[in-house]
Amino acid sequence: MKFYRSHVLIAIDDNSLKAGVKKIESLLRAKLDKNNLSEEINVLETGGLGYFGTGVSMTVYPEQITYANLKEEDINDIVEEHFLKGRVVSRLVLNSTITKKYNFNYKNRVVLENSGIIDPENIEEYIGVGGYEAWEKVLTQMKPSEVVDEVKASGLRGRGGAGFPAGVKWSFTAPIEAKQKYVVVNADEGEPGTFKDRLIMEGDPHKLLEGIMIAAYAVGATKSYIYIRGEYKLCIHRLEVAIKQANEYGILGKNIFSSGFDHEIEIKIGAGAYVCGEETALIESMEGNRGTPRYKPPFPGVEGAWHKPTVVNNVETIANVPAIIKNGADWYNTIGVEGCRGTKVYTMMGDLKLPGLCETEMGTSLRTIIDEYGGGMKDGKQFKAALVGGAAGVFLPNEMLDVKMDFNSLKEYSAVLGSGAILVMNEDVDIVDILWSIIRFFRHESCGKCNPCSNGNPVLYKLIDKIRKGKGKEADLDMMIKVSEVMNKTSFCALGQSPYMPIKSAIDNFRDDFLKRMK
Amino acid sequence: MIVYLNGKAYEAKPEETVLQLALRNGIYIPHLCYHEKTGKAAKCRACVVEVEGIPGLKTSCNLPVRDGMVVSSKSEKVLQAQRMVVDLALSSGQHDCLSCEQNGNCELQDAAYYLGIERPSFQLYDNDYEVDDSSEFIRVDRSRCISCGRCVEACNKTVVNEVINFGNRGFDTKIVFDNDLPMGTSTCVQCGECMQICPVGCIIDKRSIGSGRNWEFEKVETVCPYCGVGCRLEVHVDRKNGKIIRVNGVEDSPTNNGMLCVKGRFGFDFVNSEERLTTPLIKENGKFREAEWDEAIALVASKFSEIKKEFGSDAIAGLASAKVTNEENFAFQKFIRREVGTNNVDHCARL
Amino acid sequence: MYEKIFEKYSPDKENLIYILHDIQDSDPQNYVSEDAVQKVSEFLRIPISHIYGVLTFYTMYSTKPRGKNVIRLCESPPCFLKGSEKILMQLCEILNVKVGETTEDGFFTVELCACLGICGNAPAMMINEDVYGDLTDEKLIKIINDIKRRA
Repeated sequence: MKFYRSHVLIAIDDNSLKAGVKKIESLLRAKLDKNNLSEEINVLETGGLGYFGTGVSMTVYPEQITYANLKEEDINDIVEEHFLKGRVVSRLVLNSTITKKYNFNYKNRVVLENSGIIDPENIEEYIGVGGYEAWEKVLTQMKPSEVVDEVKASGLRGRGGAGFPAGVKWSFTAPIEAKQKYVVVNADEGEPGTFKDRLIMEGDPHKLLEGIMIAAYAVGATKSYIYIRGEYKLCIHRLEVAIKQANEYGILGKNIFSSGFDHEIEIKIGAGAYVCGEETALIESMEGNRGTPRYKPPFPGVEGAWHKPTVVNNVETIANVPAIIKNGADWYNTIGVEGCRGTKVYTMMGDLKLPGLCETEMGTSLRTIIDEYGGGMKDGKQFKAALVGGAAGVFLPNEMLDVKMDFNSLKEYSAVLGSGAILVMNEDVDIVDILWSIIRFFRHESCGKCNPCSNGNPVLYKLIDKIRKGKGKEADLDMMIKVSEVMNKTSFCALGQSPYMPIKSAIDNFRDDFLKRMK
Repeated sequence: MIVYLNGKAYEAKPEETVLQLALRNGIYIPHLCYHEKTGKAAKCRACVVEVEGIPGLKTSCNLPVRDGMVVSSKSEKVLQAQRMVVDLALSSGQHDCLSCEQNGNCELQDAAYYLGIERPSFQLYDNDYEVDDSSEFIRVDRSRCISCGRCVEACNKTVVNEVINFGNRGFDTKIVFDNDLPMGTSTCVQCGECMQICPVGCIIDKRSIGSGRNWEFEKVETVCPYCGVGCRLEVHVDRKNGKIIRVNGVEDSPTNNGMLCVKGRFGFDFVNSEERLTTPLIKENGKFREAEWDEAIALVASKFSEIKKEFGSDAIAGLASAKVTNEENFAFQKFIRREVGTNNVDHCARL
Repeated sequence: MYEKIFEKYSPDKENLIYILHDIQDSDPQNYVSEDAVQKVSEFLRIPISHIYGVLTFYTMYSTKPRGKNVIRLCESPPCFLKGSEKILMQLCEILNVKVGETTEDGFFTVELCACLGICGNAPAMMINEDVYGDLTDEKLIKIINDIKRRA
């Protein structure tokens, strides 16, 4: 392997592409060439670095200096100052408090451990950091049932929202005798405020593939699908590249590592429907139908895609699997809290200093996430509320900031972890507006299959719209709770059951905001 | 197998659902989308019940019975939920019963009556669907649709014409024909299965509009006169004037399972037609005169005999009808072959 | 004209979503025409009503002709919190259209869409395949003008 004095990692994602990263990268390469540095300095493309508003950014190793918001004219300085003279161009360095947090942030990472460090379009880089070791271990040393047991013992719970234990899910499908079984990865990330799966797929697609293969081996599936939103163009591209490379390396395909196990992974793309995040609606969509949910039972694990046993897991859940297999369930059990193991990726947005994402142990308090990872409130404003879990989440007021972020602790507050989206609102925000936008979202995304959801959401929208326009009465609040409660009890799938949570928590915790509109 | 429903024990069949058990025993649970033929859709959510040991509410249309199961369809919690669910369905469209053809024969009305809903609590309908009157026999008024999905299921799975589907989504979901064409210009063959299975006044018989209330008609069962399949019909007759108002298929008939074709369902206008022959006619001097059956048959027999004698048997041919039964067709060819003495016999379905 | 697209896929219903994407992307007016639905129906041997149901279920498809550039502004809560409503008003004003409409020159269509997954850069929008974040009034004008200029 060639030795380089320095490695420069350039973050390539939707944002940096917009900011002209490609142009800047070629300028950098040209400039390095001109100064005869291209043999010493290795320029690599990598996934997003995990925070936002940084335009074109790059990190120089081994110094670990991150430059951000780069313009074309800055390249001269970086090459001449940093690479030729060894002096850091301080005016371009990303705010040091941020980088400090950023490095701290990496310590806890499991699923995002490689994001922003390796080139996601190069399989060798993934292998270089220990990738596909778990896959090899599984194929050469473990029986399928042992893999299921290991994941069961790890206590890994589904990261899609419901928190169902992944190992238990697999154990329903594994013993079924069937000619064909499938693993389906739910990458239809549509929960407002959620983009964790996007960053996993953009930053480390091979980790997802490795997880899929392990899951497939465990349950005896020879074919897997990744169902991904049509809007996630870069993810689709990176996964396609990754699948191609894995096939070329014999990691995927027929008779993998001479084990006799065959596996094939195919990408299925969506066409814009939030409800397809529901596993049975996703399967319907995959089959080429309208994405409306199916009745359970039979559960997909028994009868799923094309009526074959199908394990459906979220991207983040699957991305946890390689580390569990590689390091063992005991290791995984040292992370997180009892009943809820491992890390969780949160996407933080709203009125924060550092909107973006972080991965931290289950059970970290909401306050820690907001203050430390999110950098605290922006512009010195006061915290008012956090919407935790996406649109189907709960508004938490100041008094509940110390809640531990894991499935069980949140339940005590009638809250949910959901997808891990955290929308932070400051004192200037009117909860009525946000709730209005949430209900509008549900009204728009209701699939129309069942009566309570397709008619209940328009009723809720009419009520909140009336309140927002100052024409509401206090009785309308009770009616909203009453309608959404019945929707919660009677709707076909989670979509219709969801509006109750934001509505109830908004009205309970921020009633004054509503009453103000009625004066 | 014993299931306790509202505190009383019932013997249940192993394959049935709680809703089927209840209906079989004369206990009404509101339901809008369930139909024996199209099965459990669990879409309307009006049939929710409470089951001991299971948290929340369950739709009874797809809830299999279990031995010892304790179900309540009348607890306050259940009724409250049912009331809101049916209220939402009522609020979704223009469900005015006063001049609706289905008044008295509407499952939404039944549910509202049972739950004591006087009028919908909300007004969601904003009247942008025009009534689809394009088809010869069927009127589609989407403002009365509750998206139960029975017609979609029936068109695709029962009669397999594959014309109807849901279009759009959410509140805007509506039934569409092909590419959202008017029914009359779509590939619909007017079998009317959707109309028969529609629980409300959305898809209705166009020609019977205004001819009377459903309960005024006598329902007479008979066999379709058109072809040899022998579909069972339920003919709605207005005894006041002796007119046929409409025809439905008999749902539990083993021959047609409630289905009919366009002729059987809509082709009955000949019954009261003034041009209909009710007695044999004999042509004399270029004019028809009414005759008795005996006279007419004797005349035909003598003419056949004459032809046979003069030109031979092969000068005569017999053409049978698809409208009569196999037995009648058998007798007919026997007559042509043995009595007339020719093999010149065929059937209209081969032409 | 759809043969090239059909060649890529086996005639199975599961490929319907892909085929419709391809047809729409290759259409200069960014939509799936009635003729296309008919052809897909023949190719996949599935009813027209099925295809129409699928087409109108997913928001990425259109059954009506659209502009050359489809602007999809995110209306989800995170973007709403960051002022997507104002951006929408501005956008409609600049282009002189309402939501769902196409500009007279057939150049832009404005649509709303659900979360695009770049909430850290809210408010955000997508124009064709490209994503734009951290929208402000000035940025919006610049983006629109850039696209116009490029054409």
